[in-house]
Amino acid sequence: VFPWFGLDIGGTLVKLVYFEPKDITAEEEEEEVENLKSIRKYLTSNVAYGSTGIRDVHLELRDLTLCGRKGNLHFIRFPTHDMPAFIQMGSEKHFSSLHTTLCATGGGAYKFEQDFRTMGDLELCKLDELDCLIKGVLYIDSVGFNGHSECYYFENPTDAERCQKLPFNLENPYPLLLVNIGSGVSILAVYSKENYKRVTGTSLGGGTFFGLCCLLTGCSTFEEALEMASHGDSTKVDKLVRDIYGGDYERFGLPGWAVASSFGNMMSKEKRESVSKEDLAKATLITITNNIGSIARMCALNENINRVVFVGNFLRINTISMRLLAYALDYWSKGQLKALFLEHEGYFGAVGALLELLDSA
Amino acid sequence: GGSLTKLAYYSTVQHKVARVRSFDHSGKDIENEPLYEISVQEEITARLHFIKFENTYIETCLDFIKDHLVNTETKVIKATGGGAYKFKDLIEKKLGLKVDKEDVMTCLIKGCNFVLRNIPHEVFAYQRDSDTEFRFQTNHPNIFPYLLVNIGSGVSIVKVETEDKFEWIGGSSIGGGTFWGLGALLTKTKKFDELLQLASKGQHTNVDMLVKDVYGGAYQTLGLSGNLIASSFGKSTTADKEFSKEDMAKSLLHMISNDIGQLACLYAKLHNLDKIYFGGFFIRGHPVTMRTITYSINFFSKGEVQALFLRHEGYLGAIGAFLKGAEQDNPNQYSWGENYAGSSGLMSTSPDVYPMQRTRSGTFDMLEMDRLERPLVNLPLLKDPSTYIPDTVDLTDDAMARKYWLTCFEEALDGVAKRAAASQPDSGDALERAEKFRQKYWNKLQTLRQQPFAYGTLTVRSLLDTREHCLNEFNFPDPYSKVKQKENGIALKCFQSVIESLDSLGWEERQFALVKGLLAGNVFDWGAKAVSDVLESEPQFGFEEAKSKLQERPWLEDSYSQWLQRLKEGPPHKCALIFADNSGIDIILGVFPFVRELLSRGTEVILACNSGPALNDVTYSESLIVAERIAAMDTVIHSALRDEKLLLVQTGSSSPCLDLSRLDQGLAALVRERNTDLVIIEGMGRAIHTNYYAVLKCESLKLAVIKNSWLADRLGGKIFSVIFKYEVPCQ
Repeated sequence: VFPWFGLDIGGTLVKLVYFEPKDITAEEEEEEVENLKSIRKYLTSNVAYGSTGIRDVHLELRDLTLCGRKGNLHFIRFPTHDMPAFIQMGSEKHFSSLHTTLCATGGGAYKFEQDFRTMGDLELCKLDELDCLIKGVLYIDSVGFNGHSECYYFENPTDAERCQKLPFNLENPYPLLLVNIGSGVSILAVYSKENYKRVTGTSLGGGTFFGLCCLLTGCSTFEEALEMASHGDSTKVDKLVRDIYGGDYERFGLPGWAVASSFGNMMSKEKRESVSKEDLAKATLITITNNIGSIARMCALNENINRVVFVGNFLRINTISMRLLAYALDYWSKGQLKALFLEHEGYFGAVGALLELLDSA
Repeated sequence: GGSLTKLAYYSTVQHKVARVRSFDHSGKDIENEPLYEISVQEEITARLHFIKFENTYIETCLDFIKDHLVNTETKVIKATGGGAYKFKDLIEKKLGLKVDKEDVMTCLIKGCNFVLRNIPHEVFAYQRDSDTEFRFQTNHPNIFPYLLVNIGSGVSIVKVETEDKFEWIGGSSIGGGTFWGLGALLTKTKKFDELLQLASKGQHTNVDMLVKDVYGGAYQTLGLSGNLIASSFGKSTTADKEFSKEDMAKSLLHMISNDIGQLACLYAKLHNLDKIYFGGFFIRGHPVTMRTITYSINFFSKGEVQALFLRHEGYLGAIGAFLKGAEQDNPNQYSWGENYAGSSGLMSTSPDVYPMQRTRSGTFDMLEMDRLERPLVNLPLLKDPSTYIPDTVDLTDDAMARKYWLTCFEEALDGVAKRAAASQPDSGDALERAEKFRQKYWNKLQTLRQQPFAYGTLTVRSLLDTREHCLNEFNFPDPYSKVKQKENGIALKCFQSVIESLDSLGWEERQFALVKGLLAGNVFDWGAKAVSDVLESEPQFGFEEAKSKLQERPWLEDSYSQWLQRLKEGPPHKCALIFADNSGIDIILGVFPFVRELLSRGTEVILACNSGPALNDVTYSESLIVAERIAAMDTVIHSALRDEKLLLVQTGSSSPCLDLSRLDQGLAALVRERNTDLVIIEGMGRAIHTNYYAVLKCESLKLAVIKNSWLADRLGGKIFSVIFKYEVPCQ
């Protein structure tokens, strides 16, 4: 029964995937209730919803076959704080009359369950976010990105001139370390489709970058924060090894360019007064990214896994972080570890939820 | 360092020691002469000093060095830390010494090894919700391998495998500098300490996104509690809300501490290490950061790894630099002891609790360590040296006991000071020095009331030792020397009649009489207030009176029957090691007859007495004279000494208590060589305050008379109750 949705309600963002069937027969068309049609039309004919909802058109998967049906998969996101408005809209559009199951994952599936029930007259099917995440990753990678590879890596990450993005074949994915960077970070070791464990997590994630940027620079969107970061110079804010030792610290094999103390220069009043908002945004980005790289690297070593896949919406339009992760993993592991990325960054949980819906049907 | 200059230097200290020397009695009227001669002599010992100065007073510090620099051979001063660069010219100009810069991390680790090896209770774990937050650890005989996490402006994680082998295995740029720098940006608060203070008042939940903010409750599938931080600063992702300085500082503190703890655990796991010591300015005595780091390590290691801290963490670099400079006369070949009189101890810098001490520790803090005559080692007969704890009651833990003993020591103080003054009637300034001693020890007791953790675990032993150190500091090396001399003389006169009466008894009766004699002798203890009052007021109080005071059997702890059976049925012991207690009746009429009986059974005896004086405890040199006198009267003792069946040794200690993990190397060698299979520990200080629960590899006998009604009450008995604890190791 249509409509087919998958919902992932995170700490900051709600991710919604919607399967638009393109093989609807005339017979079906006739039977289709008005509600369903209007929902399809609303979602597919717009790229923005309200003031905050956005459809990532560039991610759309076309001519997909799901459960014997052909169609397109759409990727939509909006901030979690607009969840009440979303439920309200569902209620106004009489979503509950469609008698479909709404599969949801992420913490919000639990947090908003009661609101869905009372405001939207809807019963959510709650799914574990890690199960959905892995399911989604494996599925999207297997179907590919409209004929291109979903997975990619950076060649020569330590050489800014020669560094380039190249497709990666993730045919034999196991074992892999999956690092999901949302508001916070979860790190999973995946050994097979069913066999995985959450190794650890850290609270220093995308939310930390964005939160600190808001406090330090007064920015109000993630895009704005990233934009500022791209124009900043973090070495004015951070204390580098060379700032302390004049060059490399040979006793420990530390290169002079390595950050010795994040925000370390900000201990000095004069330096605090001489940095720009852009510098601060950049330093925040570098700090958070390096730290995630460092923890991921240690987990990979402890779990004896050499492929690390980074996903999550922190990486959206965030080439600085991706290249830095690729670089840091390669450099500190002396080439032993490889950082991999996926095109659909933050949507895998929602895709997993959609797949669960189809599996259960 | 960034704000403090830590100075380490070596000096020789001249102080008075008491010596005893046997008279040549030939042709003299023995009856009216004292047993031996007592003299006070000057002795030179080596001491290591560590002092902190604020960098603002670097000139004062340099003046101090100049004033103390007596060795004109010194041409070089070793320096480490950032200031070694900054102050190089100033130091060279002012002192005329060449500054030799040493690698920071090498110094840090050298210093760390030194304190771990030489200072008991150097290491502690931090416990937030206990009466006293510091849990001191037993020094493990093998300190390696360990992980040192130094949290300065960044974080360095170093794996230390041996004295000279260490490796930087990782680090993080998120450290103390991040807290300070980012904190200053967020809160406009400039000072590190003020930031910590802000943090201790804040609510991080206003700034951080918690699991329950995302899930509405816990994330049950993974067992993640709703209060866990899902995203640090995850609630500040908005431009139109104000956050309080306190809340942001707290959130930042949690973020950084958790991150460091997580990385430390990951490194510990990868390198299979379970000891992690934390240091650096971020930690340095700050309860707030010790608490958050401890929490983080607990959380990420699931309780498998303990976060450990060091009492003298701030001195490690200075100690290490000093050791680098002292390689010709390597201090590592000696044993060192913390001098409680000259050390200021660990101060809680918790801003809320002790504002007074806080300023004090910031400006002036010191540590002194005395070089010991001979190296100290574990008693080879300890069952498990790594878990051996000498002390029976932990007064840091036991508030009731702490109050009682502190009061007890306070009440006894006037008497001790008086006796100290009286012990040097010919000295003009004895009264004045005694008063200074009284003041100093009084102040120590007050500090310990406030901060029981200042010198490691507070115990009756540490209180006694501190008193001895303070007495020595004011040149009262042996206040009881005359009392001991007199009592030894009196007791020797009774020796023969005691032996005759023992010899007239049947075997079984004699065994009981010997034990009773040992216990009665132990009543003569000037350290116990109940006894010293009696001894002061009834000079005629003697051996028989003491016997009548003893509790009748069954004793409070009574395994006499098992002991008797062992003597009856088992083969004679090969060799017995006896730790003696008091001078006079105790050693002469109690211990020696007992020794004589063991010798007659064919058991060799090692008699161990203190190297230096403490209260009226018999010292090694006194024991030599006493043995010589007894040998002159008694053939058994005479031939045993001649044939080396009876050996007199020193313990290496000057404490009224006994730490079996720090004993003279010679004693340990002898114990091993003679296949010692019986250890006898006598007296309240050695067998009750310490070692009551000590587990040995061989048979042991712990005997004492409880001369303190509070302690007796605690153990369920009355004053003058008897402890007779005979233990056989389980196979």
